[in-house]
Amino acid sequence: MEIKTDRLYSESHEWVLFENDTTATVGLSDFAQSELGDLVFVNLPQVGDTVTAGETFADVESVKAVSDVYSPVTGKVVAVNATLLDAPQTINEEPYEAWLVKVEGITGKVALMDADAYRALTEK
Amino acid sequence: MSEAVLLSYEKSVPGRRSEVIPKPDVPAYALPEALRRKTPLLLPELSEVDVDRHYTELAHRAYGVNCGFYPLGSCTMKYNPAVNEAVAALPGFAQAHPLAPAHAVAGCRAVMEELSESLCRIAGMDAFTLQPAAGAHGELTGMLCVRAYHESRGDAARKTMLVPDSAHGTNPASAAMAGFTVVNVPSRADGCVDLDALSALLDDGVAGMMMTNPNTLGLFEKDILKISRMVHASGGLMYYDGANLNAILGLARPGDMGFDVTHLNLHKTFSTPHGGGGPGSGPVGVKALLAPFLPTVASLGETGPLQVKAFHGNFATLARALAYIKTLGGDHLRDVAHHAVLNANYLMARLKAAGYTPAFDRPCMHEFVLTLEHERETTGVSALDVAKTVIDYGMHPPTMYFPLIVHEALMFEPTETETRETLDRAAQVMAAIRADLERDPEAMHTAPHSAVIGRPDEVRAARTPVLRWKPEP
Repeated sequence: MEIKTDRLYSESHEWVLFENDTTATVGLSDFAQSELGDLVFVNLPQVGDTVTAGETFADVESVKAVSDVYSPVTGKVVAVNATLLDAPQTINEEPYEAWLVKVEGITGKVALMDADAYRALTEK
Repeated sequence: MSEAVLLSYEKSVPGRRSEVIPKPDVPAYALPEALRRKTPLLLPELSEVDVDRHYTELAHRAYGVNCGFYPLGSCTMKYNPAVNEAVAALPGFAQAHPLAPAHAVAGCRAVMEELSESLCRIAGMDAFTLQPAAGAHGELTGMLCVRAYHESRGDAARKTMLVPDSAHGTNPASAAMAGFTVVNVPSRADGCVDLDALSALLDDGVAGMMMTNPNTLGLFEKDILKISRMVHASGGLMYYDGANLNAILGLARPGDMGFDVTHLNLHKTFSTPHGGGGPGSGPVGVKALLAPFLPTVASLGETGPLQVKAFHGNFATLARALAYIKTLGGDHLRDVAHHAVLNANYLMARLKAAGYTPAFDRPCMHEFVLTLEHERETTGVSALDVAKTVIDYGMHPPTMYFPLIVHEALMFEPTETETRETLDRAAQVMAAIRADLERDPEAMHTAPHSAVIGRPDEVRAARTPVLRWKPEP
């Protein structure tokens, strides 16, 4: 299970990579994609949407189930990774490259963990 | 392994005919020229013997309750008694026309009235609509009643529908379809609703809560009276998903637990045919306060406040369910629940003795859930692999990967119609699979090996589905 040390993680298994204090990209961790199994559909918000820390902003569908994706931050969506809509398997193949959204104007966030703390969570 | 079945279209030969379609029993009506097809209808052309063999071949390749054990959890795959079919086939029922004058179909109306009364007594409700054609259809109908109720009181701001995280996926879907915002209520470690979490979610925006009892883990929600009091105190209504009624039939009533609205699955609890072979039926019952919001059956040419299915719903299915209720009677309906629960506990104990791990190691109701998380970690064999291997032993697999809160879940619901011999045989099959799992886990990744269709590529089918057959150019 790969856990990148350059970013932070939420309890609900999203990763956040901050460019600066108010701008970040968000994706799903390697652990999350492995638990979900092969993804077949991804629903993303639209540019201009507001996301709220701890609330669902996207959903992913595997052959097993549809799962909500929770936003680790509060802010405005300035970019979505539309390539995932046609190639959801990218999340399975390269979870740390396959970002979902880029958020700016971040004003709040959920409790986030560094790689070591997140590893401890996944091994529980 | 045998060859793939050809489609009837692929077997079609131009000009071949048969007389399987009955002659019309109403006068011919000449459609206006503008409405007539300009091109012939693309239908397969087959002789009667071709048609007979085609469907017989399909029947041989299908697996139903009539073939053997079918422990598909949450689906209540009980045997459908033949007497139901005899009743539904009575000419007065089978040939009734929905537009016949009321006096000509008094028997059909009596069936619907008696069924409604029986369901009211069984569920502890005051009124029923028989229109909905399936469980989820009933859920949507019930949710629309809840919405109409709040709107009628000028309380339309109630937009939140609470749903436990163990719920059937149809619950949040139905609530969302009816315009509600779904909020999940987490379960405690013992698999039941977390009352503290529920309490924190209750406010004047809550329209209601949807629950199944026993829940999808096969566990009875013992706090149900407390839960319904809490939801009612906040102004919300309680919705009972009748999917698991088989466990409590004649023993406990949703109405007495504080539920205000419920759907019952006639194709589960009341032994009418399932799914594609149905049609299904999901009548919705309500307490008196919701009765004004139930769908009505509009006469031809007028429209009622809410109608969710043409005419009276799937009438022949209603006749089958009433035949079942009348055949068993009150005392024996109770036996259904007792034996359903006994069978589930017996099979769970046998599978535990065979080395499997129940997700919740305590007596269950009518179904139970195993977790194969340990097996997956140690051998790489998943719940999917085990389910597929079950097919090689000539049995229908249990439900897999549900409920979502149990990892590597396999869910068994034997139902009351299975004998001890059948349950013993199922336990032997699961014990044999346990030995396979130790000996040759690799082979299980590609199971089933004996079925007509082996392991379909589910990911490819979901990503690039082929939804329509087209002739080869």
